[in-house]
Amino acid sequence: MIKKLVAASSVAALALTFQVGAVLADDGAKRGGTLIWAVQNTPRHLNPAVQSGIATGEPGNQLFAAPLRYDEDWTPQPYLAESWDVSDDGLTVTLNLVKGATFHDGVPIKSSDVAFSIQTVKDNHPFKTMYAPVDSVETPDDHTAVIKLSKPHPALLLAMSSQLLPIIPEHVYGDGQDPKTHPANSENVVGSGPFKLVEFKRDQHVILERNDDFFIDGRPYLDKIVMRIIKDGSARMIALENGEAHLSGFEQNPRDINRMKKADGVTATSDGVAYAAIGPIAWLAFNTASEGPVGDTKVRQAIAYAIDRDFVNKAIMLGTSTPALTGIHPGSPFYEPDVERYDLDLDKANALLDEAGYPRGDDGTRFQLTVDYGWAGIKAQAEYVKPQLKKVGIDVVIRSSPDFPTWAKRVGGHDFELTWDVVFNWGDPVIGVHRTYQTSNIKKGVIWSNTQSYSNSRVDELMDMAGSETDPAKRKALYSEFQKLVAKDVPVYHTYALPYHTIYADAVGNPPVGIWATVSPLDRVYLK
Amino acid sequence: MNFLRQTAVRLGYAIALLLAVVVLNFVLIHIAPGDIADTIAGDMGGATEEVMAKIRADYGLDKPFIVQLGLYMGNVVRFDFGYSFFFNTPVTSLIAERLPATLLLVFSAQLLALVVGVVLGVISAQRPNGMLSHFVTLLALFGYSAPVFWTGIMLLIGLSLMLPLFPVAGMVDARLMDAPMWRQYLDVLHHLLLPALTLASIFLALYSRLCRASMLEVLGADYIRTARAKGLTEREIVYKHALKNSLGPVVTLAGLQFSAVVSGAVLVETVFSWPGLGTLALQSILARDTPTILGILFFSALVVIVGNLLTDLVLRLIDPRIRSGGG
Repeated sequence: MIKKLVAASSVAALALTFQVGAVLADDGAKRGGTLIWAVQNTPRHLNPAVQSGIATGEPGNQLFAAPLRYDEDWTPQPYLAESWDVSDDGLTVTLNLVKGATFHDGVPIKSSDVAFSIQTVKDNHPFKTMYAPVDSVETPDDHTAVIKLSKPHPALLLAMSSQLLPIIPEHVYGDGQDPKTHPANSENVVGSGPFKLVEFKRDQHVILERNDDFFIDGRPYLDKIVMRIIKDGSARMIALENGEAHLSGFEQNPRDINRMKKADGVTATSDGVAYAAIGPIAWLAFNTASEGPVGDTKVRQAIAYAIDRDFVNKAIMLGTSTPALTGIHPGSPFYEPDVERYDLDLDKANALLDEAGYPRGDDGTRFQLTVDYGWAGIKAQAEYVKPQLKKVGIDVVIRSSPDFPTWAKRVGGHDFELTWDVVFNWGDPVIGVHRTYQTSNIKKGVIWSNTQSYSNSRVDELMDMAGSETDPAKRKALYSEFQKLVAKDVPVYHTYALPYHTIYADAVGNPPVGIWATVSPLDRVYLK
Repeated sequence: MNFLRQTAVRLGYAIALLLAVVVLNFVLIHIAPGDIADTIAGDMGGATEEVMAKIRADYGLDKPFIVQLGLYMGNVVRFDFGYSFFFNTPVTSLIAERLPATLLLVFSAQLLALVVGVVLGVISAQRPNGMLSHFVTLLALFGYSAPVFWTGIMLLIGLSLMLPLFPVAGMVDARLMDAPMWRQYLDVLHHLLLPALTLASIFLALYSRLCRASMLEVLGADYIRTARAKGLTEREIVYKHALKNSLGPVVTLAGLQFSAVVSGAVLVETVFSWPGLGTLALQSILARDTPTILGILFFSALVVIVGNLLTDLVLRLIDPRIRSGGG
């Protein structure tokens, strides 16, 4: 709790001017070596300005630098911006860029590149809420960018970190071609990050080499990074175990994690705030607009009481995951654990179902429900629902989808009653949390919009206020009320935070385990 | 002349078949729920309505189905397979990148399975009740019934983890980028062995069983008795007279199995992260990347057809009856 408060107060610092502190000391860090990094997917391309997601984010963070970074927790740190200032009314954010920083091709980084990058992200990135309030970016001189906002926008700082705002060179991407299909997204990529691109071979590898002119003196420590694309989880674990790979992020298979925790020479970790900015929450979502029983809040509450969150975390996830009670990640300063928990209580569930007007029939069954799931990794959770809800007289039919697009079409098209889902916070709640609960975001055909058709005017109001509240304590209070209200209405039954782990060999120093984990620059990572 | 006419007819069938493959697959992919906009949205962690509408418009998915099919067919006959939705790269160059890896894997596996299968079959046919014969039967049963991805992972655990002789995944060691060519060739061979062995395991079983059965049949034939009576050595009888005649069914089966080898490659490539068409195919299907899937199916159909034509030719070479019969 104390840690949370500290984190919350550090967010408070956004209203103040930051000065560059002493660069984090890396005791024992060594120069040189080649890091072999096992990654799970082939990126579409390497430019995070126009492509969200982990596959592009992992190499993207090495190639492109953002204005800010968040290393171990929720405190913003200088990166390409050596300091920044948020005006008292919250409507102006000034970035002071590091002097002497250059792109990989030697061209100096100017404030106009920052303005260009913000515009490119605003126009092309799928997370429209990140830069929607940005009216304009002024560039009084080459090292100062002044962001003008139409309303206070506290989510901006997180949206300027990790891969969410890569500073891309205007002299490369500003040539009039569509940035989404620009050739420089996959070949001859020019960024300003700690590493430069040597070769990108789809489904094989991304090879990166040290940027000797990186704007932080002495960094990065590694000479080279070879990102090997190994899609098969078992093969990836073997590579980590036999020393063919040093590092892997976003590992979430409970069996693999537990095996690697016991294996010699490697560490699997997800302690503290690791992956908290990614914020992956698994939940059981209800179609609240359903004509059937789940349209009734009492039925949803009954189902929540009948599902055992502890069992899912301990038995299905084998103790690797963290229970999540709300849509905000438990590692976030805005997480409110004091909400209606719906701890297992079959009597209460039965009583609520009776009250809702669904008495048991002669065979003990009240009604039938369909539960969906979209990918193999969550099948056990779907199957668990069937025997569990049978205990309270609900006959569950499990509907599997052969692949992701099939499921996305069904759920996006509101053709479901109950489904397992995983949704990511992506930094600030404004980016990844609001979308699930906002009435204005009930958009048929769009996956991870408000597919629950959930609508509560007070909840909408709370999100609107929290989205533009610059005082962290007040903001936290707004989100706290928001989480309590949502828990009462149960549009989704929040179950657990995905057990994302970073697995690394003993030889790796400063492994990436912060809030952005492996979607952060690896300039501090070294080989012992 | 007869041979040429037959070949021409076969080529005609092959082209018709290819076009049918394209149309059928185009229809099938469109029946599958979800499209590239759903995939890209999923890949990006969510998207707005506008972004998804934009993606659909960009890729022409907002046009009626029949118009899309017409446009695509028009392009295919001009050998234009379009751009991959997912990678924004011409499909032909994506396939050209992958085809060599798949061909290498498929042909190595096929060759390995044939050579080892035939040798095992011949040896066990000579002593139908010997230890080796039983072992081959057992191996065949095992190879045929074990799922190929399981065999792959077991080989990985045995020969990459417990006894680290072979690399886990991929086709090349990226650290050897600047090494001399011969070193890089060796490296590819080193990476190839486990996946080729895995893929060969199913077919090896099949070929050895078939070769054994067909050898046993031939060895009981009259002309073998004649050869024995003539005083030929056992070696000459088995390898010169019997083997040639018992190879027919094996080669026929090998040809028929060619498509199975190609589809088996999809699984093996996934387990070993082999950067071939199989890996690309799986990813494109999951991503609803229509132009890439159709391109891959087109080229795999082509590979299978060519494989079958080759089988015909080989059969003609080893069996004069087919040559003269013109069947």
